[in-house]
Amino acid sequence: MKIVREALAGTMESSDLMVKIAPAEGELDIVIHSEVIKQFGDQIHQVVNATLRSMDVHQGVVIIEDKGALDCVIRARLQSAILRASDSDNINWEKLL
Amino acid sequence: MKKLRRSMLFLPGANAAMLSTAFIYRPDSIMFDLEDAVALREKDTARVLVFHALQHPMYKDIETVVRINPLNTPFGLKDLEAVVRAGVDVVRLPKTDTPEDIYELERHLERIELECGRDVGSTRVMAAIESAIGVINAVAIARSSQRLIGIALAVFYYVMDMQTERGDCTELFYARCAVLHAARAAGIDAFDVVWSDLNDEAGFLREVDLIRKMGFNGKSLINPRQIDLLHNAYAPTQQEVDHAKRVIEAAEEGERNGLGVVSLNGKMIDGPIINHAQVVLERAAASGVRR
Repeated sequence: MKIVREALAGTMESSDLMVKIAPAEGELDIVIHSEVIKQFGDQIHQVVNATLRSMDVHQGVVIIEDKGALDCVIRARLQSAILRASDSDNINWEKLL
Repeated sequence: MKKLRRSMLFLPGANAAMLSTAFIYRPDSIMFDLEDAVALREKDTARVLVFHALQHPMYKDIETVVRINPLNTPFGLKDLEAVVRAGVDVVRLPKTDTPEDIYELERHLERIELECGRDVGSTRVMAAIESAIGVINAVAIARSSQRLIGIALAVFYYVMDMQTERGDCTELFYARCAVLHAARAAGIDAFDVVWSDLNDEAGFLREVDLIRKMGFNGKSLINPRQIDLLHNAYAPTQQEVDHAKRVIEAAEEGERNGLGVVSLNGKMIDGPIINHAQVVLERAAASGVRR
């Protein structure tokens, strides 16, 4: 999925996260800030990388401000941001599972 | 035992924190709201959030309901595509005015179920009645589909349509009676309206007492702290439980002695009395005894 515009998804409330995404040339650039990075940093990176991979996102800048969200919330907010930033109107829900 | 649906807790579909924790309150059903509780610009993100919440293991043992947007909006069908694929138990259709609204929903449900490999018919439906025409058509709506588990009266649009406002329940008198009778005639559940004044606990309990006595299965709730109050109000008293046990014992003794009708303390005990006693004992098993 190609990132063609800047997009935001999520909030800065507790148990949520804010995802900012923008088009860029070259490799993916991922920045993650989290209140629980010491305890769950590896897990958050794993969820983010897997979600980007499953949606075929290979280029762009992804900035995440995490406020202690569950994995399923991280997945949901990142997918929402990608869908908003892409030029695709059709959602393949099976791919988001 | 029949599925208990006393408490149906509304959760705004865009609220990540509430979606992450609501299962701990153990309502009988959880209703993720994609309609009025979600701002227009967050309809897309709420849909994805609810899609994932539905698959969260902690919601496995709680009946999940999603209130989708009406199908005549740009959001309704998109909601349906997502939540059926995510395995929702029940779809709540808002603003149901006629049986045709349910037929249209059924057509979409069947197509999506076939596309994603769900058993056809496994997605159940609840119709929310929110208008005068909906109340008038309540019987036809309640009988419109095998998928229906219940009909719910929804208050805000209904009182607007009736050119009145929320008050002492007089404004809902006819609608409650009509919706309840329609549900019972169709053999499905009936759900009462939300109580929105969280600080008026006494008012909430008065309304719960009224709808319980009328025969409603339960009520839509907007705050977790209403759950325990509601469950307690629906629990039978110790006196009712003791009496129900005596009724069952007397009925069993009558059956052993080949009697069709028996008496307890000079009062006749027949089928309806025995059925009621069984319901009381089932409620006690589920809710305990009223405190």
